[in-house]
Amino acid sequence: MDKMQCQCGHVNPPGTILCESCGRSLTEKEQNSKLVDMRYEGTARRSQTYNKSIIDKIWNFFSSVKVGVGIIVALLVAAAIGTILPQEEYVQVATRNEDTIKAYYSDVYGEIGRIYHFLGFHDLYSSFWFIILVGMLAISLIIASLDRFVPLYRSLKNQRVLRHESFINKQRIYGKGYAQEDVLAKAETKLKELKYNVKLDKNGLLAEKGRFSRWGPYVNHIGLIIFLFGVMLRMIPGFYVDETLWIREGETRAIPEVPDYALESKSFELETYSGEENGGAFSEAVDRVGSVAKNYQTDVILYKKPENSLPGATEDMEVVKEYPIRVNQPLKFDGYAVYQMDFKLDELKAMTFALTNKETEESLGELTIDLIDPEKMYELENGATVELKGYYPDFSGFENGEPQTATPLPNNPGFLVEMTTPETPKGETSFILIRNTIEPFGDNQFKLEFQGVETRDVSGLTIRKDSTLPILGLGGLIFMIGVAQGMYFNHRRFWIQQKANGEVILAGHTNKNWYALKKDLEQVSAYASLPAYSDQQEEIEKQMKKEGEEAL
Amino acid sequence: MTLAEMSSNFLYAAFIAYLIATFVFGGAVKGNKTGTYNSESRWGKTAFIITIIGFLANLAYFFTRWGATGHAPLSNMFEFTTAFGMTLVGGFLVLYFLYKTPVLGMVVLPVALLIIAFASMFPSEVSPLIPALQSNWLAIHVSTVVIAEGILAISAAAGLVYLLKVVDLTKRSKQRFWLEAIMYSLVLVLGFVIASTYFTAAGYQADFSYVDKEGVEAEIEYKMPPIFGMNEYTALSENTMTPLAEMPAVINASKLTTVTWSLIFGTILYWLIRLVARRRIAAILKPFVKNVNLNLMDEIGYRAVIIGFPVFSLGALIFAMIWAQIAWSRFWGWDPKEVWALITWLFYAAYLHLRLGKGWQGEKSAWLGVIGFTIILFNLVAVNLIIAGLHSYA
Repeated sequence: MDKMQCQCGHVNPPGTILCESCGRSLTEKEQNSKLVDMRYEGTARRSQTYNKSIIDKIWNFFSSVKVGVGIIVALLVAAAIGTILPQEEYVQVATRNEDTIKAYYSDVYGEIGRIYHFLGFHDLYSSFWFIILVGMLAISLIIASLDRFVPLYRSLKNQRVLRHESFINKQRIYGKGYAQEDVLAKAETKLKELKYNVKLDKNGLLAEKGRFSRWGPYVNHIGLIIFLFGVMLRMIPGFYVDETLWIREGETRAIPEVPDYALESKSFELETYSGEENGGAFSEAVDRVGSVAKNYQTDVILYKKPENSLPGATEDMEVVKEYPIRVNQPLKFDGYAVYQMDFKLDELKAMTFALTNKETEESLGELTIDLIDPEKMYELENGATVELKGYYPDFSGFENGEPQTATPLPNNPGFLVEMTTPETPKGETSFILIRNTIEPFGDNQFKLEFQGVETRDVSGLTIRKDSTLPILGLGGLIFMIGVAQGMYFNHRRFWIQQKANGEVILAGHTNKNWYALKKDLEQVSAYASLPAYSDQQEEIEKQMKKEGEEAL
Repeated sequence: MTLAEMSSNFLYAAFIAYLIATFVFGGAVKGNKTGTYNSESRWGKTAFIITIIGFLANLAYFFTRWGATGHAPLSNMFEFTTAFGMTLVGGFLVLYFLYKTPVLGMVVLPVALLIIAFASMFPSEVSPLIPALQSNWLAIHVSTVVIAEGILAISAAAGLVYLLKVVDLTKRSKQRFWLEAIMYSLVLVLGFVIASTYFTAAGYQADFSYVDKEGVEAEIEYKMPPIFGMNEYTALSENTMTPLAEMPAVINASKLTTVTWSLIFGTILYWLIRLVARRRIAAILKPFVKNVNLNLMDEIGYRAVIIGFPVFSLGALIFAMIWAQIAWSRFWGWDPKEVWALITWLFYAAYLHLRLGKGWQGEKSAWLGVIGFTIILFNLVAVNLIIAGLHSYA
C-alpha cells in the first residue's frame, strides 16, 4: 500500500483516516460523514490496513474487539459451567483416586454427574481448553493494545494546534460566529484557570487536559498481562510450594519441601463460643445453630538446623520462634507460610494393657504400647514377656488369613502378640482389637486386659511458598492504576481559531463525559464571549427522529 | 434499649423513609394534569431529603449493629443483603447528586425496599464470627464489594427506566416479553417475602428426618408446608402436611418448597395486579417515564459502570485474593463465590468493551445493565443458598 499524501502536503502512513497534520479526512467514507470518527484520532492501525499474509490475519483476528469480547464471554460461560457441580477438589471421598471420584459423581448426581465427569467438567479450570482460552485472552490483550496504542501515542504526541476547518466543523461540539479581538487571549486565561494545557500557534489555540487518561486501557492491560505471566510462573519448580503436614501434639517433624526447618507442635486447641461472649449478645445465635467454632490454634516451635550440621542430624537444632498458628494468622518465615487448615481430635496415642491370668484374674504387670512407634518386646515382672509380632494401626480385616491395615494411622489398632509367662513358657498367641480378642490357636491361659488409652490432637497444617505473589501484586496494582486512570479521568480538548475576517470557529472533544466538557466550555464562553456552540450529534439524532416520525 | 435493638429500630426507620420517598418520587415524575412537569424538581427535592434521612437511619443501623456485634455487620445473608440495599440507595444518592433525576429514585427505592425485606427473611440475630472470618479484611473486602455492587446496580436501574420508555408495549416483541419478565421476577421476590412472613406469623413448623446425598441420616425443619419431601423422609412432627412428592438426595426439597411457595404467592399477586390494573406492570409504570431524557439515562447507566467497575475489581478480586491468601493459604481456589465474582467482573469488562469498541449504547447498553444486576443477584442468592462452597454463610 502506498503512503497517503494530504492536500496540506503531509505524507501519512498507509491506512490513515484523518491527516496527522491538519486533520483533513483522507478516505471517501470519512469525507462523506457528518462527524469525524475521533476514535484513535483517525490514525492508521495495522489491523485495519494489512490483510495479506498469515501474520496479518492472526494479528487482525486478535486485535478485534469482537474476538476479544467473544473470548471473555466464552471464559465467562465456561467458568459458570464449572460451578454447576462441585469441582473435584471440593468433593469428599474416603480414598482419593480417579475411580472413586468418578464413582462419586455418578453415585451422588446420577446421570448428570456421570456426563459432567465424562466431559471433564469436574476439573474444568485446569483442563487444557480452559487454559488455552486464558492464553488466547492474553494474546488478545497484547495484540489489541499494541494495534491501538502505538498509532494513538504517535498521533497525540505530534498533534498540531492548527487544524483544517473540515476537522473543526465535523467535531461533535462545534460553534462558529464573530467574537472580540482578544478572544484567544481571554480563552487562554480561563482555560489555564481550568487547568488546561494551552498551546497557541498563529491564530489558533489548542487546549488539552487529561491526556494521560487515554493510556488507561493500555496500562490496565499491561497489569493483566503481568498478572497472567505471574500465574504461569508457578509452573516452574521452586516458585511454588504447597504441602500438607499432619503433626501430633508433642511431635517434632521436618517441614516438607522446606530444607533445614522443623516444627514442633506443643498443643492443638479448638474453642467454641459459649454464648456468654460480648455480654451474652450471641446467646440466641449460638442456641439456634448449636455450636459455633471460635478458634482453631496450634502452638508450635519452629526450629532451624545450624549452618554446618550434618544432614539428617536432629539434635542441636536452634529455636527460631514460638508461635500460635491460627486461622487468618499463619506462621511466616523465610518466604514460607504455615497455615492452620485442618485438625483431628483425640487420635489414639498409646494403649495400656495388663497381662492377666484369665482364671485367677491375677495381673503379672502392665505394658503401654506406643501406637506410633511400638516396641518389639515388652518385659514384665517375674520374667513374663509380651512380644509384638504384628502391628496393624488401622485394621481393616483379613486377606488370605493375614491381617491388613488400611492406613498407617492408629484409627483402629490391632496387635498380634505372643505372651510368655513362667506358667506358659511356650508362649500363647492372641490377636487383640478394640473390644475384641481372637485366639487363633485355641484357648489361652492369659490375656491382655485393656486398661486405658491416651489420646492427643493432630493439626493439619499447610505449608505454602508462593514467589509469584509480588509479581501478581504488581500486576494487580498496575491494573488498578490503569483502570482508575482510564475511568476516573477524561481527555478533553478544545480548538479555537480566529480567522482573518474576525470570525471564530471552535470545537471540543472528549473521550467521555460530554456533560462535563460542555460545562467547561460554558465557563470559557461566559468569560471570553465565544460564539454559541451546538452538540452536532444530538442534532443529528433529533433530525433522524423527526424524519422517522414524518415517515410514519 | 440495647444497641442491637436500637439497630433494628433504625433499620425500620430507614425502611419507612424509603417507602415514603418512593411515592414522593413517583409523584414528582408523574407530571400534573395539564401535562407539564413544573413541580418535578420541587417534589424531587423533597423526596431526595426523605431519602437522605432514610439513608442516615440506615447508616445508623449499620454502625450500631457493628457496635453490638463487635465486627462489621457483613458476615451473613441478612447482614450482607441489608448492606446491599443500603449501598444501592447510597449509589443512587451519588448519581442523584450528579444528575438530579427523580425518576431513578422511583425505580431504585422500591428495589432497595424489596432487597431489605428479602434480607429480613433470614435469621437476623447478632452472631459471632467463625475463625475464617475473624480478620480486618472482613470489613475491608466485603464493604468494598457491597459498595461496588450498589453502584453497579444503579446502571440496571437506569437501564430499566430507559427500557420502560423505549420498549413499545403495544406490539408483541421479545423486548416486551423480557421487560415484563423483569417486573414479574420483582413481584416474585415480594411473593417470597409474603410467603415467609405469613408462615412465620402462623408459626408453621414441620420436622423430618431424611437421608442426605452422602447417605447419612439427618434432620431438617420446614418453615413452610412441605410440598416436596426430602430423600427417604420420615415425618417427625404430627398434624403436618404430607409432602406431595419425594425428591432425590441432591435436591434440597426444603429450599425447593420455599421457592415453590414464593412462586405461588408471587404469581397470584402478579395476576391480581394485572387483573385490577388491566394491563402489564410495565404499562403501569410507563406514564412515569414519559418525561425521561434517554441520553441522560444512558449516560447514568454508563457512569455507574465506570464508577463501579474499578471498585468492584478492587474489592471482589484484589482484596478478595489478599484475604484468601491469608485465611485459606491460596489467593484463588475456584470456589463458586470466587468464580461468580470473576464472572461478574468479566461481564462488566465485556460491557465496557462492547460500549467503547462496538458502540453498544442506548437500548443494548440498558439490557446489559439489567443482565449485570441479574448476575450480581445470582451470586448473592443462588450461590449462597443453592451452590455449596466456602462462602455459604447463610
